[in-house]
Amino acid sequence: MTPNTPIRWRRKDLLGIAELSPEEIGLILDTAESFSEIGERAIKKVPTLRGKTVLNLFFEASTRTRSSFEIAEKRLSADNINFSTSGSALEKGETLIDTALNLQAMAPDLVVIRHAHPGVPHMLARRIDAGVINAGDGAHEHPTQALLDAFTIRRHKGKLAGLKVAIVGDIEHSRVVRSNIHLLRKMGARVSIGGPRTLMPVGMEKMDVEVAYSLEEAIRDADVIMMLRVQLERQGRMAFPSVREYFQLFGLTTARLAAAKDDVIIMHPGPMNRGVEISSEVADGRTSVILEQVTHGVSVRMAILYLLSGVHEETV
Amino acid sequence: MAKNLTPKTTILDAKQMARIIRRMAGEIAERHHGDLSSLLLVGIRTRGVPLAEKIAAEIERMEGAKVPVGTLDITLYRDDLSTVGAQPLVKGTHLPRPIDDCGVVLCDDVLYTGRTVRAALDELIDFGRPRIVQLAVLIDRGHRELPIQADFVGKKVPTSQSEIIEVSFLSTDETEQVRILERPEPG
Repeated sequence: MTPNTPIRWRRKDLLGIAELSPEEIGLILDTAESFSEIGERAIKKVPTLRGKTVLNLFFEASTRTRSSFEIAEKRLSADNINFSTSGSALEKGETLIDTALNLQAMAPDLVVIRHAHPGVPHMLARRIDAGVINAGDGAHEHPTQALLDAFTIRRHKGKLAGLKVAIVGDIEHSRVVRSNIHLLRKMGARVSIGGPRTLMPVGMEKMDVEVAYSLEEAIRDADVIMMLRVQLERQGRMAFPSVREYFQLFGLTTARLAAAKDDVIIMHPGPMNRGVEISSEVADGRTSVILEQVTHGVSVRMAILYLLSGVHEETV
Repeated sequence: MAKNLTPKTTILDAKQMARIIRRMAGEIAERHHGDLSSLLLVGIRTRGVPLAEKIAAEIERMEGAKVPVGTLDITLYRDDLSTVGAQPLVKGTHLPRPIDDCGVVLCDDVLYTGRTVRAALDELIDFGRPRIVQLAVLIDRGHRELPIQADFVGKKVPTSQSEIIEVSFLSTDETEQVRILERPEPG
């Protein structure tokens, strides 16, 4: 073909953003762009993954991500089976490796996995022939969320390079933030992260981001603001005195938005705590693209399922 | 151009292509006389698209009627996805209007095995129920593997299976011509 033949997807798995090249990220986003039209058809289904089996293993609760994957799988005509923690063999004392071997014996083509422990998807990927998609492993990575965030930003800003993206909130417990930092830095965006010191892990500067300890400082001149959910359930101890105080210091309100650019867009990976990290006025306001993120999540996951289901002569 | 292919003959130059496309446009306009307003040309990616656009331009010149042009990417409907290696790029489908009760003319540069057209028909039907679907191809090179025939043919070219038909349009390639290329003998 032409001298610059566009790159092809060669990986068996999607485990994180850290190992992807900017070209691979671009390929996923471009492919997702083509898939978004299918969601607007009268018959929202293509026969591409007919006869392929996808296992959705959610060892941790999830509504949005799991349903998004399920819809993406069904729109591609794959057969899908869902496992979740309650009632699974894992709860009955089976080791993870035995679970993996049993899954392998069912010969799935793709496995989508969410697990509370970092690295579980990687272990699974080494043990089974199926392609493995990390749907969130502990506070490590959540690649499909970062990709759908990037897709949403690109839709609004036309690009990622040169933008300032502020990520504010519970940085410590967030896997979304790590995948997003990797992705945005690779694609040439500036990233500033903000949050209370008690929720800011040490050494974040090493990820090549600006660290701020106030909301105003983090979002100054930002093109994009991502608010993170305060993960009250993950906190062993309270990292701040009260929800009310958190909102007063780090809650995104219309008045505070003045520090950002006029055409800023507001994102949130969900589920939102209204009145904790974000006011309802902002969440439902003109600048919010939060529900678009959910729509784009399906297109991005369809693109990933499609790319991973190719034949892999060489595995990276 | 893929490597290891040797050009054999140029079967159509730009002028001959233009003449043939004009004739095809005339045939399509004649067949759809009276219902041009419900005509929709749909180009199959990649080189069915410039063909459809050229036919539409000719129809507009002849009849003064603007015929909408859609684009079909049949990648997701291919029957060989599990054998082709890394997944082909998906560039997307775009149909400018609902196709229910339309007269749809699918356009492609070369008709060969018929598998592309099979995929295109399956995809089209997912968008609605056209009144009629027809097929227009610039080159029919034979060797069908499915019971599919074109309604409008630019030129029939007998070929051997070691040959490749290369159609170039200015909008997608740097030149406008149709050539026969020879694949090297295996081994």
